[in-house]
Amino acid sequence: MAMPETGSKGKRRPVGPAIIELAHVTRQVGDGVVTTLVDDINLAIRGGEFAAITGPSGSGKSSLLYLLGLLDVPTEGEVFVEGRAANALSETERARIRLELIGFVFQFHFLLPEFTALANVTLPMRALGRLDDKQMRRRGLDLLASLGLESQAGKRPHQMSGGERQRVAIARALANDPRVLLADEPTGNLDTHSSEQVLKIFRRLVDETGRAIVMVTHDMGLAARTDRRIHLVDGRLVDVD
Amino acid sequence: MKLVLDIALTHVLARVRQTLVGMMGVAMGVGFSVMMAGLMDGSQRDFIAQLVDSLPHITVRDEKRNPPRQPVEDVYDAVAYSGLRTPVTRPGIKNPFAIIATLEGWLGGAVAPSVEARAVIRYAGRDTAASLTGIDPRHEGDVSQLPEQIRGGALEDLYKTSNAVILGDRLAAKIGARIGNTITLASGEGRTLSATIVALSHSGVAQIDETQAYTLIKTAQILAGQTGLINAIRVRVEDIMAARQVAARIEAQTGYKSVSWQEANEDLLSAFEIRNVIMYTVVGAILLVASFGTYNIVSTITHEKTRDIAILKSLGFTQGMVQRIFLLEALVIGTAGTVLGWALGYVLCRALGSIEFKSPFIDATTLPIYYTWVHYAIAGGVALTASGIAGYLPARKAARQHPVAIIRGAS
Repeated sequence: MAMPETGSKGKRRPVGPAIIELAHVTRQVGDGVVTTLVDDINLAIRGGEFAAITGPSGSGKSSLLYLLGLLDVPTEGEVFVEGRAANALSETERARIRLELIGFVFQFHFLLPEFTALANVTLPMRALGRLDDKQMRRRGLDLLASLGLESQAGKRPHQMSGGERQRVAIARALANDPRVLLADEPTGNLDTHSSEQVLKIFRRLVDETGRAIVMVTHDMGLAARTDRRIHLVDGRLVDVD
Repeated sequence: MKLVLDIALTHVLARVRQTLVGMMGVAMGVGFSVMMAGLMDGSQRDFIAQLVDSLPHITVRDEKRNPPRQPVEDVYDAVAYSGLRTPVTRPGIKNPFAIIATLEGWLGGAVAPSVEARAVIRYAGRDTAASLTGIDPRHEGDVSQLPEQIRGGALEDLYKTSNAVILGDRLAAKIGARIGNTITLASGEGRTLSATIVALSHSGVAQIDETQAYTLIKTAQILAGQTGLINAIRVRVEDIMAARQVAARIEAQTGYKSVSWQEANEDLLSAFEIRNVIMYTVVGAILLVASFGTYNIVSTITHEKTRDIAILKSLGFTQGMVQRIFLLEALVIGTAGTVLGWALGYVLCRALGSIEFKSPFIDATTLPIYYTWVHYAIAGGVALTASGIAGYLPARKAARQHPVAIIRGAS
């Protein structure tokens, strides 16, 4: 199942078995005029790995991220999650995997505006239903505190700054203790200071918890601070270092 | 489920004005439906009650439902005949008191003999057709409400003078006669007798009060020219809705035509059925219109919440959970509207019930309103179903949205 990664130069930290693996994955859209978003990608994401997906606009970075996160289904090839083929899974099963194993952070925070920061963070825990109310509240507050947001727990998104909102979104993505965090331009809407904070948080999460983080970014400076760069051009993986 | 309900309630409560408008739409629909059903059902029941109270529940008459078979028909299976005359039989029920005793043996209600005759009332030089019923005042109260309907006297006053008569109040007014006046009763065969008006009756049903006259059985027999004649047995049953079945049993047992109050008023009851169909169609239409408001609100919320739907799905919410959120929103609006509508309907019924009303046909002083939980259940059920359908369509659309397309559009 472990496929040689397209364009790999072989320099990479040894980080254990793959959590998510793409095998010859292609994603095309359109009925008449077919557009290829990602083309024949082989890629494995392992625990403790901090990777950046880079490439010019329209190169398929976000599409690749959505395929890794089971938000999208490949036209060809197979996605494996913890060794289990995911293409044939039902929508409900894929949703369950997302809930348990994968956390998402987007360029826009996507917090539910009517809910407080704490309520937003506990949302995935409530959907999973493994903790009781008290435990969820405790964990939610701990997550917010770990991201420097203990005083923001009762605030709604519109009462917070952009950086704070994005950190709440990160806390929400970590709510169910996922093995992989997928971030799509997480600093795209943030100022330098907030971007720096987010990056530090990501680094800490990788180093301290052994999670894998895959981050889509335009910013080559940010990408340089990750452990692994996956470079896409026209949907093809051209370089991994 | 609690999470789904929490999100649904949060969405709904975040749009107070829209939610209130939607709720009021449902409430108006439910309220007016309850009011309309109460009014229509009330008037129908009031009318039927008056009709049933005025008449015996079952009348057994000295007639056969089908013409008697000729002996020749029994002997020769497929014979045609002509020129035969139906044999002349003495009018009246044979052995009426034996039949009454038998009926009293199994019937839960009461049975009374009577004589029915067509008569012409002559008074002040005018002839007016009337239905004359010869009754036994001692048993009449068991089979009809006549004793309570007597005005200006009592049923027992029929014993006071020879040839006493009680007229329907409208009939008396029509001929211009009053209590104490003497009128002439004439039968179809030309027999006449003078009778004194001892009281008036008032059933509240114009058709009866304009045509009915009551005498003792003996007086009616004299007018009919047949001593001992009993041509009708009047029956009152305990369960008025079972009258049709009881009548069928009596008919099978006695061979005489037994007509229940339902059969006697078949055309009227059919009209009520049609009226009910129309009523519930209108009620359904009102609630359907109200459900469009709910559809509009849930559609708007769904549209506004497109990004939330995407993020919920990316977090791991299933299509079913997303669909349930928006379906619940519609049901929350529908339920709140229904409860408000019930209150509104009750208040409207009370208000309408207090309005004084005079009908030329029935004796009502206020609009008759019938209160039953069934009206509330039907209106609520239809409103919730309509709300559910109104919510289901946008909810299904929301649940099917692809998160990637939304996230790309929103980024």
